[in-house]
Amino acid sequence: MKQFSWFNATALTLGFAFLYIPMIILVVFSFNDNRLVTVWAGFSTRWYVELFQDEAFLDAAWVTLRVAFSSSTIATVLGTMAAYVMVNGGKFFGRTLFSGMIYAPLVMPEVITGLSLLLLFIAIGLDRGVITIVLAHTTFAMCYVSVVVSSRLVNFDRSLEEAALDLGCTPFQAFKLVTLPLIAPAVISGWLLAFTLSLDDLVIASFTAGPSATTLPMKIWSSVRLGVSPKINALSTILILLVTIGVIAASITSKRSIARALRDEQMADQSA
Amino acid sequence: MNFARRTLIGIPYIWLLLLFLVPFGIIFKISLSDYAVSIPPYTPTLDLAQGWAGLRDFLSQLDFENYIWLSEDDLYWKAYLSSVKIACISTLLTLLVGFPVAYGMAKSAPEWRPMLMMLIILPFWTSFLIRVYAWIGILSNEGFLNQFLLWTGVISDPLQIMNTSTAVYIGIVYTYLPFMILPIYATLERLDGSLLEAAIDLGCSRTKAFWLVTVPLSRAGVIAGCFLVFIPALGEIVIPSLLGGSGTLMIGKVLWEEFFSNRDWPVASAVAIILLLLLVVPIMLFQRNQEKAQEAEG
Repeated sequence: MKQFSWFNATALTLGFAFLYIPMIILVVFSFNDNRLVTVWAGFSTRWYVELFQDEAFLDAAWVTLRVAFSSSTIATVLGTMAAYVMVNGGKFFGRTLFSGMIYAPLVMPEVITGLSLLLLFIAIGLDRGVITIVLAHTTFAMCYVSVVVSSRLVNFDRSLEEAALDLGCTPFQAFKLVTLPLIAPAVISGWLLAFTLSLDDLVIASFTAGPSATTLPMKIWSSVRLGVSPKINALSTILILLVTIGVIAASITSKRSIARALRDEQMADQSA
Repeated sequence: MNFARRTLIGIPYIWLLLLFLVPFGIIFKISLSDYAVSIPPYTPTLDLAQGWAGLRDFLSQLDFENYIWLSEDDLYWKAYLSSVKIACISTLLTLLVGFPVAYGMAKSAPEWRPMLMMLIILPFWTSFLIRVYAWIGILSNEGFLNQFLLWTGVISDPLQIMNTSTAVYIGIVYTYLPFMILPIYATLERLDGSLLEAAIDLGCSRTKAFWLVTVPLSRAGVIAGCFLVFIPALGEIVIPSLLGGSGTLMIGKVLWEEFFSNRDWPVASAVAIILLLLLVVPIMLFQRNQEKAQEAEG
């Protein structure tokens, strides 16, 4: 069964080539000393220099980071609460509606989410800017966080929390001292997912941003519509590099902390 | 019910009600109102401040004018139909590309699998916009693909791929490939190898065993992957705008232009409502498939 086959090797090679060659080309040609992106004219880092001198890009990057950081943090708190309610909350009025509202944004086209939130902000007369983007991103990101966290909570041994309650903890203390440390890897990956989704989002931000705030994807979008530009290649390379480092670091730390959490749980089980 | 529990349930509940459910009501309401040259550019038809009189007014004036307008203008029909067509074809293409990769991953040595998984997930974390942008440089007339094909002598004139539906298909397959590979890989990896061995012992050829055992058993993953590609592809806007030309009609793009260029909010809202209705069926089917898969597991 596990023998090496030419078919599998070819499928994997072609598949990964298809996934990675476009990005490799993008990165290589960001070091191209030519305004025409597709014609190689020698190595240069001038597009990186130009990028870091471009105020508009720097401003947009700053707005994007602020939005991503605040929305992913609020979304992680709300999403963890929602996950806890879904898994351990028992029955309450409107539970079906609640779970529907958690899952629906995951499959909702971005154009509809964006348009509906914009119409809400206008209806209540909220000035559009960084705050409205944060509200919009928090809303869809919390649903992703709650899915990630609830998948961990389902496998979580509730008797540990009950033991803490028996030993005199308040429910909040039990959550903080027992549950939270054990589900922490899922909470962290939920936060990372929310952060990346916010960094990435073009459509919802375009609807909810208004004239005063521009995020990085919006800036990329408006300059890409005019054609390819080596500056965008340079920016893409930086973003790809950051994501690669982030994903590798996250996978190493989560592997470690999952192992630690499992060990703690087993030890608690044994001593019980 | 104590206070702490009420707060715990209440905060996320109210957040979602206010920022998810209420906006839908507003979209629906505006889709029934009339276009006006003002800020905001529509005349409100339901005035809640007037109480019952306002509601009676609203009901007597209730018209589906925007929907009638949508059904009469064949631009919208064509856009809906071509979105469905593009989403269907690209889902199929993604399956054709994704299945062999998932199969190859499931058959690879176990110590390689985490590494391969990471390589599939990495593009998913990379900006969507950047991954679509990468293809502009490849597919354009002076792009790398044409340069390469001219150099090898396969073609003598550059191919026009950019700004056609072909470019849109390539873009969708490329960006959504991880969504297809991961669920299929998940079912194939769990597949019991002894079933295949049994089929081969009983006289099946390897190919026949693949079609009679592997394919039916990976069905749940294939269906999940297809929905995960089809549903977002239907409302896609970035890919047709950047890679497709004026000939590629997709409903997401029409909505975007209706809103940002024509500033006709009531029509944009009506387009959104119909897009949503179009999505309800596949979303419900997807939900049922997931529930069935979960039951089969547990």
